[in-house]
Amino acid sequence: MMKKVYTRTAGIEADMVSGFCPGCMHGLIFKLIGEVLEEMNLLEETISVQGVGCCGLAMEYVTYDNTTAPHGRACAVATGIKRTNPDKLVYTYQGDGDLASIGLAESMSAANRGENISVIFVNNGIYGMTGGQMAPTTLVGMKATTAPEGRNPAMHGYPMHMCEIMNQLTAPVYLERTSCNTPANTRRTKAAIKKAFQNQIDQKGFSMVEIVTSCPTNWGLNPMESLEFLNEKMLKEFPLGVIRDRS
Amino acid sequence: MAKKFMKGCEAIAEAAVRSGCRFFAGYPITPQNEIPEYFARRMPEVGGSFVQGESEIASINMVYGAAQTGVRSMTSSSSCGISLKSEGVSFCASARIPIVYCNVARGGPGIGAIQPAQQDYMQATKASGNGGFRMIVLAPATVQEAVDMTYEAFDLAQRDRNPVLILADGVLGTIMEPVELPPMRSDEELRKLREETKDWALRGHKAGEKKLILPGGWQGQEDRCKANAAMYDTWEKDIQVEEFLTEDARVVIAAYGVSARVAKSAIRLLRKEGYQVGMIRPKTVSPFPYQSFDKLDYGRVKAILDVEMSIPAQLVYDVELGVKGRCKVHTCLRSGGEIMGREYIVNAVKEIYNV
Repeated sequence: MMKKVYTRTAGIEADMVSGFCPGCMHGLIFKLIGEVLEEMNLLEETISVQGVGCCGLAMEYVTYDNTTAPHGRACAVATGIKRTNPDKLVYTYQGDGDLASIGLAESMSAANRGENISVIFVNNGIYGMTGGQMAPTTLVGMKATTAPEGRNPAMHGYPMHMCEIMNQLTAPVYLERTSCNTPANTRRTKAAIKKAFQNQIDQKGFSMVEIVTSCPTNWGLNPMESLEFLNEKMLKEFPLGVIRDRS
Repeated sequence: MAKKFMKGCEAIAEAAVRSGCRFFAGYPITPQNEIPEYFARRMPEVGGSFVQGESEIASINMVYGAAQTGVRSMTSSSSCGISLKSEGVSFCASARIPIVYCNVARGGPGIGAIQPAQQDYMQATKASGNGGFRMIVLAPATVQEAVDMTYEAFDLAQRDRNPVLILADGVLGTIMEPVELPPMRSDEELRKLREETKDWALRGHKAGEKKLILPGGWQGQEDRCKANAAMYDTWEKDIQVEEFLTEDARVVIAAYGVSARVAKSAIRLLRKEGYQVGMIRPKTVSPFPYQSFDKLDYGRVKAILDVEMSIPAQLVYDVELGVKGRCKVHTCLRSGGEIMGREYIVNAVKEIYNV
C-alpha cells in the first residue's frame, strides 16, 4: 500500500489545468494561498478579490468565492466586502500595474485606514496580460513595449517600492517582501501569506505580502533565464525581508 | 403618521436606511454633502457601515463590493463626481449587482457650477457608463417623492439585480420640506431580504458551491447582453408619470424634477388667464413614459414645450420620440446653475400658444 504524501490543495479545483505561461509563478502562488486557507480551515469563509490582469484567470481555478474588481480598485472592493462581512477572510490579489499604478490611491488609502484585509501583491515589473508595457516597478534600463529603449529615469522615474512606501504610514500592521525563486523562499512566501491571513483573523488590520516574481513571456526570456534575471536584477532592486511587523 | 421637516439630502439618506441600506460610501462634493454626513451619523445607530472613500471611484467600488454580499448598499455624488463613478456603475450593471446611487445634479459640463442643474439627463438615462446598459432612473420633484423613490429604489435594484439611479438636483438636495417617512424595515425583514440573494451573493461557500461575480468574460457575452435586453423589456410596468391638466390642453409642457415644479406654478398662472396648458412629467425618466405623449390628441395639442435646465436640451430627444413629429416641439431652457423663473415659462407658452 502506497502512502499518499502530497495531494493538490482543496483550494484549487481538482480537474483544473492552469492557463498560465510556462515559468509564471501565479499558479504557484494560488497553490500556496489554497494550502494556507485549507490549513487554516478558511476555504468556506473566504471571499477573494482579483485584480485585473493574468491573475484573473485564477477565478476559475480556485474553489472559494471570488470576484473581479475594476482595474486598480481591488482594495476598495475588498473594503466594501470586509466592512459588511467582518467574519469573512477577504484578500486581494493584485499585480504591479493594478496595485501601484492605476490603483495607487485605493491601495494606499486602504493601508492608511488600516483596513482589516490581506493584500497579495505580485510584482514582476511589467504588465503581463496587456503584453509587456512598462509598470511602476519596471527596473531602470529594462525594456518594455512602451519603453522600447528601456526605462529611463529622466523620462519615467524610478521603480516604486510599495512595501517601503506603505511603511511610511502608521496603520499597516505587516509588510513583507518575498519571492518564489527558490524552494526556501517559496516556503517563506507561504509563511508570510499565512501570517497576513492570521493578522486579519486576529483583527489586527492591514497586511501586505509583496511577492517578487517573473514574467518570462513579456520579459522575452525563457523560464530559466527569467529566474536568473529575477535573482540577479529584480531582487537587487527589491530586497526581500520583513519591512514591518507590528503584529 | 406625523410629518417631519427635512432637508432633501438628509431625507434621501434616512429613506435609504429605512429601506435597509446598511452600507454607504461617498466622497465630498457639493451639493450632496449632507447625504454622506447623515450616513456617517446614522449608520452606527442601525449597525451599518459608513466609509468616506478616498474618491468617488473608490466609493462606488466599495459599494460594488458590499452589494456583492447581498447587503443593501448606496453611494451618492453630484454630476462630475457621478462621471467618476461610471466605470463602477458599469461593472455593477455587467455583473448584475444591485446598488442604489443618487446624483444631486449640479451644473456642467466639467466642474460646472455647484448650483442646481439638469445637465446629466443623457448620461443618466442613456449612457451611465461604457457598454450600453440601462437602469431604472427615478426623478423626484419633491422631497416626499425623493423619499418614496429612494425607499422603492432598493427593492427595484434587488428585484432586477441592477443599479438604480435617483436623479435629483441641487434644489431638491438642499430645500427643506415636510415629509412622511416610510416605515423602518426590521432586522428580521432585512435578514430575509438578504437571504433572497443567496443564489448569487458572495458569503463564503464550500467547494462545488462557490459563487463567482463576473463583470465580464470571454464566454457568454452575447447571452449576457440578451438577458439584460430582456430585463429592460419588463420595465413597461415600472413607468411612473404625472399627467397634469392634459385633458383639454392645447400646449403641453414636458418637464421633470425641479423644472416641473416651476412649470406647474406657471401652468396655474396661465390657466387663470385662460390658457389651456398642461404638463407631462416623467417620474421615471428611464423607462420613459413615451405612451403619455403618444396618446395625446394631436387634433387639439398644437405644440409641446420642453422645459429643462440644460443647454443644449436633452430631455427633448425622448419627448420627440413620443411625439413622433405630430406637432412641433419647442424648448424653454436655462443652463445649469440658473434656476428658471416661472415668468420665463409663462412667456414661452404665450409665444407659441397661437402660432
